[in-house]
Amino acid sequence: MTTVAPAPTTAVPDEPEIVSKRPPGVIRVAFRMWRTRVGMIIVTVLVLFALFGRYVAPYGEREAVGLPFKPRGETRKSTLFGSANVGHDVWTRFLYGGKPILVAAVAATALALVLGTLVGLVAAYNRGRLDDVLMRIMDVILALPQIITALIVISMFGATTKLIVLTVGLSTVPRIARVVRGAAVSVVERDFVSAAESLGESRFRILLSELLPNVSGALLVEANLRLTFSIGLISGIAFLGFTPDPGAANWGLMINENRKGLASNHWGVTWPVIAIALLTIGTGLVGDGFSRAAAGIDRAKGDS
Amino acid sequence: MTDVATNVAVSISDLRIEVAGSGVDIVDEVNLTIAPGEVLGLVGESGSGKTTVGLAVLGHARRGVKLAYGDVMIGESAMLALGEGALRHARGTLVSYVPQDPSTALNPALRINKQLMEVLEFHDFGGSNAARKARVQEVMSEVLLPSTPEFLRRYPHQLSGGQQQRVGLAMAFACRPSVIVLDEPTTGLDVSTQAHVLTTVRQLCHAHNVAALYVTHDLAVVANLADRVAVMYAGRIIEQGTAKELFFNPAHPYTRHLIAAAPDMETHEMVGLRGRAPAPGRRPKGCSFALRCELATADCMAEFPAEREVAPGRVVRCIKPFEVPQRTDHVAVHSSPIAASATHALMVRDVCASYTGHQVVHNVDLYVDRGECLALVGESGSGKTTLSRSIGGLHREWTGEILLGSERLAPSARDRTTAQRLRIQYVFQNPYSSLQPRRTVGDSVARPLIIGGASKTEAARKVGEMLERVALTAGYANRFPDQLSGGERQRVAIARALVSRPEVLVCDEVTSALDVLVQASIVELLGELRRDLGLAMLFVTHNLPLVASIADQIAVLADGKLVEAGPTDRVLHFPEAEYTKRLIADTPQISDVTS
Repeated sequence: MTTVAPAPTTAVPDEPEIVSKRPPGVIRVAFRMWRTRVGMIIVTVLVLFALFGRYVAPYGEREAVGLPFKPRGETRKSTLFGSANVGHDVWTRFLYGGKPILVAAVAATALALVLGTLVGLVAAYNRGRLDDVLMRIMDVILALPQIITALIVISMFGATTKLIVLTVGLSTVPRIARVVRGAAVSVVERDFVSAAESLGESRFRILLSELLPNVSGALLVEANLRLTFSIGLISGIAFLGFTPDPGAANWGLMINENRKGLASNHWGVTWPVIAIALLTIGTGLVGDGFSRAAAGIDRAKGDS
Repeated sequence: MTDVATNVAVSISDLRIEVAGSGVDIVDEVNLTIAPGEVLGLVGESGSGKTTVGLAVLGHARRGVKLAYGDVMIGESAMLALGEGALRHARGTLVSYVPQDPSTALNPALRINKQLMEVLEFHDFGGSNAARKARVQEVMSEVLLPSTPEFLRRYPHQLSGGQQQRVGLAMAFACRPSVIVLDEPTTGLDVSTQAHVLTTVRQLCHAHNVAALYVTHDLAVVANLADRVAVMYAGRIIEQGTAKELFFNPAHPYTRHLIAAAPDMETHEMVGLRGRAPAPGRRPKGCSFALRCELATADCMAEFPAEREVAPGRVVRCIKPFEVPQRTDHVAVHSSPIAASATHALMVRDVCASYTGHQVVHNVDLYVDRGECLALVGESGSGKTTLSRSIGGLHREWTGEILLGSERLAPSARDRTTAQRLRIQYVFQNPYSSLQPRRTVGDSVARPLIIGGASKTEAARKVGEMLERVALTAGYANRFPDQLSGGERQRVAIARALVSRPEVLVCDEVTSALDVLVQASIVELLGELRRDLGLAMLFVTHNLPLVASIADQIAVLADGKLVEAGPTDRVLHFPEAEYTKRLIADTPQISDVTS
């Protein structure tokens, strides 16, 4: 290379090519755990039901099959699980009713994720006054109970899907912002951020390509947790009767409508309850797997 | 010290320590004895197993680690066979431990009197409270700390780092143990504090006939302190002997490499060694050093050489002890500066910097020419890092003038032009935090080029060239930082700094996180690059001997003021400022080896 003799290289292999394997990422580790896999299977099955169930439904969404609350065999047209409150087919309503909840919950979580991450990263990177202002605003939002806020806003302006997504999403922002800020504060102190600054990288680039990849573990865990909460919250709002279209099928609404007929045909309540419970348990298991993988719990067991 | 070797305070025989479960050896075939009043230095690179052996003397193994085989005898007690209760009693009375970082080892919520009394009470020392109080007074004076009630009422955070470590020593010596294990106790301390603590350790051990196992990576400290030295490599002790014999006439090739790599003010030369020690589970059947050894033959690969006593008390595990390989002469890393142009590459004029409102740098003037290396030397808190960060545009609170060539630089990197930012580059202290962990080496190194307007393909070509230039291969571009060793990471960081062909390179303590052999090869590399590329280099460090092998000029910073500046040889050998004289006197060196 140059005239300066480096350490003599006579017959000595410079370095036995030891390319150490990269430690597997959070997602890989998480999917080695049974809880993540079981959670993922549950979620996948329910998502398939919610999105594609309507194409295999025996009847139309608003098609009457007989008198209300009749068990199987006592309806005019043959049904699997009897009829619901205004004489619709329970199974059909169930197959139709998942989509509104799932779509709204995912949209609300995505909105919260984008805004919360941005707020958290900006606060962590700038510190000082901007950090104080942003985080105090977050604290104020955090102080309002999520379900009450959502109900007030929706009852004032009407239950449109957009508004539901917006209120649930915005009220979730502070929780994500706090977690992201907490994770990013220690990353900001590290030298590679200084290195990027000394090269004159733009602030936006530093947030997105230096900070964001290094808080993704914490973000993944939080995103899952927030999805679980949003599903519960949006089902709850629907249960209380706030849905965009009162005639459309919706798991949360179904529970409310059919609870009057529990004694004669319980299926109208049982199916949506099972579905919502499994969906939250499923996303919860996946989130739990991610958080264990990120924290390094069960690593030895997961490796087997 | 051979006269005391007849009786033994602690003896370790055939010790093997494994990873629990897998049975992979961390440490194997370790035999050591220490006589009362003797200090044994246990030297090795990080990962060599030296701390593991130190803890084994206390009968302790970290979580996930098993003391698999062998004996540790302290007097009549077999430490590895003791039950939990007996072991707890033995720790403190028979053997005690001084940890690396005193600021985390002391309980911050307890006054130091209480911490000392706790140790004594736990072991029921002296039988009465009065005796224990007297012992606290006594041990405080032994470690040269005041024993006034006012001082004893302090909390750890009210003490300096050196005082904290002395309290750590006092706790270790409180119950008059016969063996003491010290794990790098001076690593975080400034050289002058370190010198005083080392003197105290030596005096205490000799005066009270305590056997000390001093675990460290710092050869210079061992040369100053230890009576005997044992060198560890990849979990085995490969050589032991008296400090003088071992440093003047090393028998094992690895020991010779370690000594050659250690910075020294006299020799001006550091020789590094490529490669790294095999990790547990990857160790070969034969000599674990064979892969990096110039003298290695087929016999070395066949089996690990047995212990050979080449002289009384001198044990080596090498089939060719004392053999020195033929090597090409090293050109000294020094070079004369390229003819100075009218303007200096970098000029600092009357710079004052403050940190959170306090002024930490006072009216400093410096300059560096092309092809020249200026070492900025100072202890922690001297303001050297603040000054270098100001130059790099990472610290904004300063006044005065910093000139790059003839252009005046703005305080913040954001306010400088892209060209200015690329012409002055910064290499950070810690390679474990200066590379973005989620980005490949290639992408990290390419950033300065992309910012400078290069196309992707052109950048990729230059990145490949640069990686080869820092003695890596172009294939490293696809790897992530967590696949690299510390030395390789620092090479990548240097490649990133140099890829845009800067004129000025600021190196902030770039070797302090690295092992000695790696440090030497990084210093070699920097010297080479500086000459070939005509770089002006500002080398910030606290390590004076290191400066001798790299810098043309030295500037000494104390409490934010420039106390001395001049050519390296003049400053190191004929220092003028009192501060520099004391700094040089306190800096331990291998060539100081006495006893």
